[in-house]
Amino acid sequence: MSGAGRWAVWAGAGALVAFLAVFFLWPVGEILWRGIAPEGSIDLAGIGEVLARPRTLRIIGLTLAQAAIATLACLVLGMPAAFVLYRLRFRGRAALRALVLVPFVLPTVVVGVAFKVLFAGTALEGTWLAIILALVFFNVAVVTRTVGIAWEELDPSIEEAAADLGANPARTFLSVTLPRLAPAIASAAIIAFLFCSTAFGVVLVLGGTRFGTVETEIWMLTTQYLDLRAASALSLVQVVFVVAVLWAASRARSRPELRTPSSGRPVRLADLPLILAVLAVGVLLAVPIVSMVVRSLRAGDGWTLEHWAALAGVGTGVGGGAPAIAVSPLEALGHSLLFALAGTAVAMAIGLGASILLSRRPASARGRRVLAALEGGLMLPLGVSAVVLGFGYLVALDTPPLDLRASPVLVPIAQALVAAPLVIRTLLPVLRGVDPLLRDAAADLGASPARVLASIDLRLAARPAAAAAGLAFAVCLGEFGATAFLSRPEWATLPVVIERLAGHPGAGNLALANAAAVLLAAVTALALGAGELGRDRRLSPRG
Amino acid sequence: MEPSIRPFRLAVTAAIAFSLVATLAACSDSREDPPAAAHLVLVTHDSFALSDGVLDAFTAETGVTVEVQALGDAGSLVNKLVLTKGSPLGDVVFGIDNTFASRAVDVLEPYVSGALTDAEAPFLLPAGQGGDRLTPIDSGDVCVNVDHEWFAERGLAEPATLADLADPAYRDLLVVESAGTSSPGLSFLLATIAAFGDGGWQDYWADLVDNGVKVDAGWTDAYYASFSGPSSEGDRPLVVSYSSSPAAEVLDASAPVPTGVLEATCFRQTEFAGVIAGTAHPAEARLLVDFLLSPTVQSDIPGSMYVYPVVQSTVLPETWAAAAVRVEAPYELDPSEIDANRERWIEEWSAIAMP
Repeated sequence: MSGAGRWAVWAGAGALVAFLAVFFLWPVGEILWRGIAPEGSIDLAGIGEVLARPRTLRIIGLTLAQAAIATLACLVLGMPAAFVLYRLRFRGRAALRALVLVPFVLPTVVVGVAFKVLFAGTALEGTWLAIILALVFFNVAVVTRTVGIAWEELDPSIEEAAADLGANPARTFLSVTLPRLAPAIASAAIIAFLFCSTAFGVVLVLGGTRFGTVETEIWMLTTQYLDLRAASALSLVQVVFVVAVLWAASRARSRPELRTPSSGRPVRLADLPLILAVLAVGVLLAVPIVSMVVRSLRAGDGWTLEHWAALAGVGTGVGGGAPAIAVSPLEALGHSLLFALAGTAVAMAIGLGASILLSRRPASARGRRVLAALEGGLMLPLGVSAVVLGFGYLVALDTPPLDLRASPVLVPIAQALVAAPLVIRTLLPVLRGVDPLLRDAAADLGASPARVLASIDLRLAARPAAAAAGLAFAVCLGEFGATAFLSRPEWATLPVVIERLAGHPGAGNLALANAAAVLLAAVTALALGAGELGRDRRLSPRG
Repeated sequence: MEPSIRPFRLAVTAAIAFSLVATLAACSDSREDPPAAAHLVLVTHDSFALSDGVLDAFTAETGVTVEVQALGDAGSLVNKLVLTKGSPLGDVVFGIDNTFASRAVDVLEPYVSGALTDAEAPFLLPAGQGGDRLTPIDSGDVCVNVDHEWFAERGLAEPATLADLADPAYRDLLVVESAGTSSPGLSFLLATIAAFGDGGWQDYWADLVDNGVKVDAGWTDAYYASFSGPSSEGDRPLVVSYSSSPAAEVLDASAPVPTGVLEATCFRQTEFAGVIAGTAHPAEARLLVDFLLSPTVQSDIPGSMYVYPVVQSTVLPETWAAAAVRVEAPYELDPSEIDANRERWIEEWSAIAMP
């Protein structure tokens, strides 16, 4: 690498580390420090005592099992959907791709109540399986999207060659397609696992505290007991989860590969079993959403549009008292879109920059170690509790010029911290798959590092980046934990407003919450659908 | 693999990063130029609400402007105040309740409003547990709510006491919130502890469990998904909620009230205000605490937050006569006893109620 190129890489890495340090490591570190060293010196015995409690061990075991099973289910159900939505060509594909992402933005309390009413009286009521189903509902899109984007980039002629040589479809999939998809599948599994292991609202609503997880426990320890020692011990467990998952996933490295994005082939009769599997996923995703639509249209025994008309208002208080919320759901939607756009921009800047950096293979061992640490650090926000980050902001960012505790700026930053890992996990497999010879050839032909970056990396990453931006946007729109913690009534986002409405006694508030959730889902689907159409057009074959 | 978290190194890194975000901070700092008159920040919980213009009356009276900042539920509010002791989040706090009061003592200045009279004395906290720092503002009760229609349809007499709830005649009819994750859930547990003593409540809860009590995580899912009331979708006619909840079910003022309150099952939550230690405007902060006890605020409290004002001479809205219940003798516990035992009680309760 040239001197200027190396300087640029280190400057980029420095900026990323600085951002991560200020808005994540420092705030979270402050809380952990208070828990680990309450008297100023490290008290590991205290941490050990917390970790050895039977309750802690049970909760860790339950969290791991729950997340592992839900991740597996997401993979099994999400892979057929990834194939159908990203390898087959049919009308309405763009709309379906967008619809799959809708669960991401739905507030867990409203979905939880929908599931709960649905399961009431069935064998699923109050069971662990109900939680797993709900986790799949929220996270199957991670697999569909992440794997689908990679699948779309794979040259189909290799599969066709295998088929021509007599391999049956199963054999072709197992020995040709699957190995090439492995990095993307690993990426999707990491994200799904970390999301499932930090799931909060839906676990509480469907399982009570019977099936407490590390996340619900940390929430209780910090917000109810102020037991920072135990909360820090469990936060360290979460950090270990992240590191372990990354280590496991790092074993599925991308191999360099020529990418020839295809717009997919027409549907054949042989695709029927897969399409049926996708329909089953569709039913799981649709049922709670349909029940929310129904609930938003009911009043007493009849049908009404009054809850939809009420979206411009602020809900009802009890007996004509002050309303549940300070801004109407429509205003809150405006806030949500603004925050999510800002969050997506930050997440894309972090994600694209980090992916380019991390896809490089530095010659020095130290360089590789720095990059490995950076990769781990950037994934941490997915695995660390939002409430710990929120408390961290309160105690860390309290001195000018960083007295941001009362500032809305922290909302998109916190959203971006959660969304950036998804961008990285989507782009990194693609960029790591770029043959280094391509870059060397370009450099040998006299291209500057910037030129190499623009015409090779950015060009190859452009389409997946557009798709990742859609995913990041959905994550930012739906991010609840940190947003709710940082949110103020006057600039509340729509998910926060929905949660408030659902939790406030008052005639029609729950129906209004449902109408608002359906609105959020519809707006998300429209925004992402428009993006998909644009992406699809650019890809459509000319002849 | 992840960078180790050492305060010194972090501080250095952070210092470098300051320049990166200084622009952001400069754009967003809403409090950089303090107005000529004092400006107070009133921190409170998410359920805080006063009618438009009420706080303007304070500004008109004193020239002091007030900014309201909601900081989450009552528990989060107190914990955030404790954590930010060295650099307080505001000047005045409203919404510390009796279950968290003794935890907040260290972050408050000694001050109780002189506007309180003997009539409000029962709401004051004991000395040493916030009695000299927290001014009571309002109170409400957490009670078992009953679906009158459900019992009427079946010709079954409604239960009345806590003991009745463990009666096999009322098997599988009660839904409560988890004491670990819900504030009404904790209040109901405290009611049973006050009723049966810290040695007797465990047996009572074992009976409740044998009698099929259902434990939900929070108020939303207990009330809307498990309770059988008119605006709910569940099948249980008894739910732990607020004494004011029945008023929310009144859609037709001429019809009988569809739900009610079991008055012998209630736990009283009193909410307090105080001056946060370290405020730059202690005199103005005291004025604001006094203002919360003024007729302007006290008469607005029932309609805005649907709890009772503590000032006994306050005139209540007419609509309260029909549906709102003024519980005469609710269960109560000392704040210090609650704070000292909270975690143990919740753990023991979890082991019994959610095995």
